[in-house]
Amino acid sequence: MIVLRGGTVIDQTGSSQRDVVVDQATGLIVEIDQDVVATKATTHPGEEHQVHDVSGCMLAPGFVDLHAHLRDPGDEAAETVLSGSRAAALGGYTAIVAMPDTDPCLDNAGQVLAMESRKRGALCDVIVSGTVSEGRQGQQLAPMAELAGLGVSTFTDCGSGIQDAGFLQRALEYANDLVTDSGNGCVIAQPCDLIELSAGGQMHEGEWSCTLGLAGCLGLAEELMVGRGIALARQTGARLHLQHLSMAESFDLVREAKAAGVPVTADVSPHHLILTDQACAGYDTAFKVMPPLRTDADVAAARQAIEDGTIDAIATGHAPHSPDAKERPFDQAPAGVLGLETAFAALMTELDLELDLLLGLLSWQPAEIAGLGGRHGCKLEVGQPANLVVIDPAKSWTVEPVGLASRAVNTPFAEREFVGKIRHTLWNGEFVVENFEATR
Amino acid sequence: MRHLLSIEDLSADDLSGLLDLAQTFEAVQQRDVPKVPALRGKTVVLAFFEDSTRTRTSFDLAARRLSADLVNFSAGSSSLKKGESLRDTIETIDAMGVDAIVIRHASSGVPQQVTRWTKAAVINAGDGWHQHPTQALLDAYTIRKRLGTLEGKRVVLCGDIQHSRVARSNIQAFTKLGATVTVVAPRTLLPSSLDHWPVEVSKSLDESLEQSDVLYLLRIQHERMGQSLLPSVREYRASYGLTTERARKLSQDCVIMHPGPMNRGVEIDPEVVDDPRVAVLDQVTAGVAVRMAVLFNVLGPGQFDRDDEADPASSSKKRSAA
Repeated sequence: MIVLRGGTVIDQTGSSQRDVVVDQATGLIVEIDQDVVATKATTHPGEEHQVHDVSGCMLAPGFVDLHAHLRDPGDEAAETVLSGSRAAALGGYTAIVAMPDTDPCLDNAGQVLAMESRKRGALCDVIVSGTVSEGRQGQQLAPMAELAGLGVSTFTDCGSGIQDAGFLQRALEYANDLVTDSGNGCVIAQPCDLIELSAGGQMHEGEWSCTLGLAGCLGLAEELMVGRGIALARQTGARLHLQHLSMAESFDLVREAKAAGVPVTADVSPHHLILTDQACAGYDTAFKVMPPLRTDADVAAARQAIEDGTIDAIATGHAPHSPDAKERPFDQAPAGVLGLETAFAALMTELDLELDLLLGLLSWQPAEIAGLGGRHGCKLEVGQPANLVVIDPAKSWTVEPVGLASRAVNTPFAEREFVGKIRHTLWNGEFVVENFEATR
Repeated sequence: MRHLLSIEDLSADDLSGLLDLAQTFEAVQQRDVPKVPALRGKTVVLAFFEDSTRTRTSFDLAARRLSADLVNFSAGSSSLKKGESLRDTIETIDAMGVDAIVIRHASSGVPQQVTRWTKAAVINAGDGWHQHPTQALLDAYTIRKRLGTLEGKRVVLCGDIQHSRVARSNIQAFTKLGATVTVVAPRTLLPSSLDHWPVEVSKSLDESLEQSDVLYLLRIQHERMGQSLLPSVREYRASYGLTTERARKLSQDCVIMHPGPMNRGVEIDPEVVDDPRVAVLDQVTAGVAVRMAVLFNVLGPGQFDRDDEADPASSSKKRSAA
C-alpha cells in the first residue's frame, strides 16, 4: 500500500485535506479519508505501508494530453514512445494521445497494432490515434471503422489538416457513426489552417514578420478554417475537435458555435497562452511553431477563452525536433515545440488561474474528449484507478533543455524559472515519478 | 562593434562615425598603392551561401586593401553540397581560427544564428529579406557625398519593399540620419504591417517625383509575376518605372539610385541610366570604402579579441543526443 499523507485533494468535486491509500497490486485507490494512517492503516498491521508525507502538496487526477507527437516510428532521433512517455509522466500526464503523423503514418491496422510493442515500458498510457485519410493525403478515407475496432477513437490528419471541405464533410459523417471496441464514440480532430493563405509562412504575419523579413502566416488562415469546421459540424451533427487554436477570432467563433449548440470542442496550447511573436526576434527556431505565436491581443483572448469555458482543454502539441533540424535557418527549420514536461509548471507560473480550473483543462475535460473518462481524469475516490499526480506548488526550478526527458531540446521555455512542479506521478498505482524523478 | 548584423543595432552616431571612417579610406584608395597595413595578420572569411557579384568583390577588395588575409568560401564548392549543416560548416571555419566571417545567405536571420557558433566577428552581407547593412551604409555615404547630408532630405524608395533587405536596412539608416522616407509600391509588394516603420506610404510614383531629393529604385524579381504579386513587368514599368518622362520631373540635383543589378527597361529606362543624376557607379565605388570602414571598425586596434570570450559552443548542449 502507498499512503499519501497530509496533502490537499483537488478534483472536479472540489478540494479538501485528505489522505489517499493506493493498492499497488490492483492499481486502485482503496481508501481516501482524513488521517487514514491514524485509523485504518494501523488496523491492518500485517500489510506493508509505504507512507509518503505530501503535506503542502496537492493531489489531483493525472493529466491527459490530446496532442503529442512521439516521432516513433520515423524520427527516433527526436523522440521515442518511451522518451516521450517519460517526459509526459514528469509533466504529470498519465495518458497522452499520440498523433498519427509518424513515418510511416498510422493509417492502417498494421501500423496501429505495431504501436503496441513500442508502448512496452512506457511510463503512461499512450493512446494511439489514426489518420483520417490514407497517407494523410486528404484523398481517400483511412479504414476508420477497422481502426475504431482496435480502440482508436481520435482521427486526425494533423500537420496541415484536411484542406478539402467536401472531404472533411464526408469524414465527419463517416466517423460519427463509429464506435470503438470499448464503446466510445469517435471524433475528428482538425488543425485549423487554410494553406492557400498560409503557405510558405514562417511566423505570424504582423509587425514582427515584417521587421524580421520572414514570410508571414495570415491569421485569417486559421479563422476561415475554424469557421468552415464549425459550419460542417453544424451541418453534419458530427463531433469535431478543433486543435491548438491561436487567434482571438477563432475563440469568438467557437464561443458562438457552442452557444448555438454545435458539437465542437477545442483546445489551446500552453505556448499560445504565454508567448507572442516577439519571441522570434532573435531568429531562435525554438519559437518556430505552427500555428505560430501570435500577438498580445491573441494571448489575452486565449486566456479569456479558457476562463469562460470556450476552450475545453489545454493540449501541449508536443513536437520534438532534433537539434540538427532546429539549427537550420529559420525558414528551413521545422515548426514545433516541446510541451509535455513543462506545460503544467509554465501555466501555473505564468497564468493567474484558479487551480481547479487549470486542472479541469489539463485532466478531466481532455479525458472526456479522448473517451478516457473511465480511467483518467476520474474523481479521486475509492475504487477508481490510481492515475494521479502530486503537485508541489512551491517548488521552483529552471528549465534546462538538456535536462528534459525528451530526446530533443526544442523547448520554448529554456532557462525560464517556474514555480510549481510535479512531485509524484502514479500511473495505475505505480510510482512512475517519485520526488521529481522518473522511476524508470 | 562586435558584429554588424543589422542597422537597427546602430545609433545615428555609430552610422556617422562609420561614414567618416569610410571617407578616410576613400582617400586611401586614391593613392598609387591603395593599401594600408591596418589589418595585417587578421583573417577574414567571405562565406557566401548565395550568389553575389558586387558585394562579394567589394568585400574582397576591402579586406585586401586593409592587408587582411582572405579566404573565399562559396556554398557551391563546399561540403554543404555533401549535406554538411550550416552549424558544422561555421564551426569548421571557426576551428581554423578566423577573425571575421562575412556572410551572405538567402534565409533571413542566418548571420544572427551564426554568432552562436563562432568566436569570430560576424558581418552581415545580406540575409534573406531582412537586412543588408553595408548596402545601407554605402547608400548613405553616396547621398551624403552628393547632397552634403541626409538631414532633412526626402528619399523616395520605389519597388518591391516586402522582399527587400535593401529596403529594410536603408529605411532604418536613412531615417536615423535625419532623412524622411516615402515608400512607393503596389500593395502586393508592401509588407502587411507598416505601422511601426518610420515611413510614409504613397501609391503614386508620379505624385512623389517632384518632392524627392533621392529616388531609390529597387530591383523587381521575375518570380514575383509567378506569385501573382504583379501581372507583368510591362505593367510595373508603366506605373513604377523611371521613364524619361518621369526623370524630367525630378529636380536637377535629385540623386537616382539602384542597388543593382538593374533591369533596364523595367525599373529604369535605358536612356535614363546615363543621366548624370544616376549615382549607381558612385554607390559601387563607395562600397569598397564603406566595407573597409566596417572591417576596420570590427577588427581594428582596440577591438574585440576572439580569445577573450568564453567558448560559444558551450551553449550548444545536447547536440550529440541526436
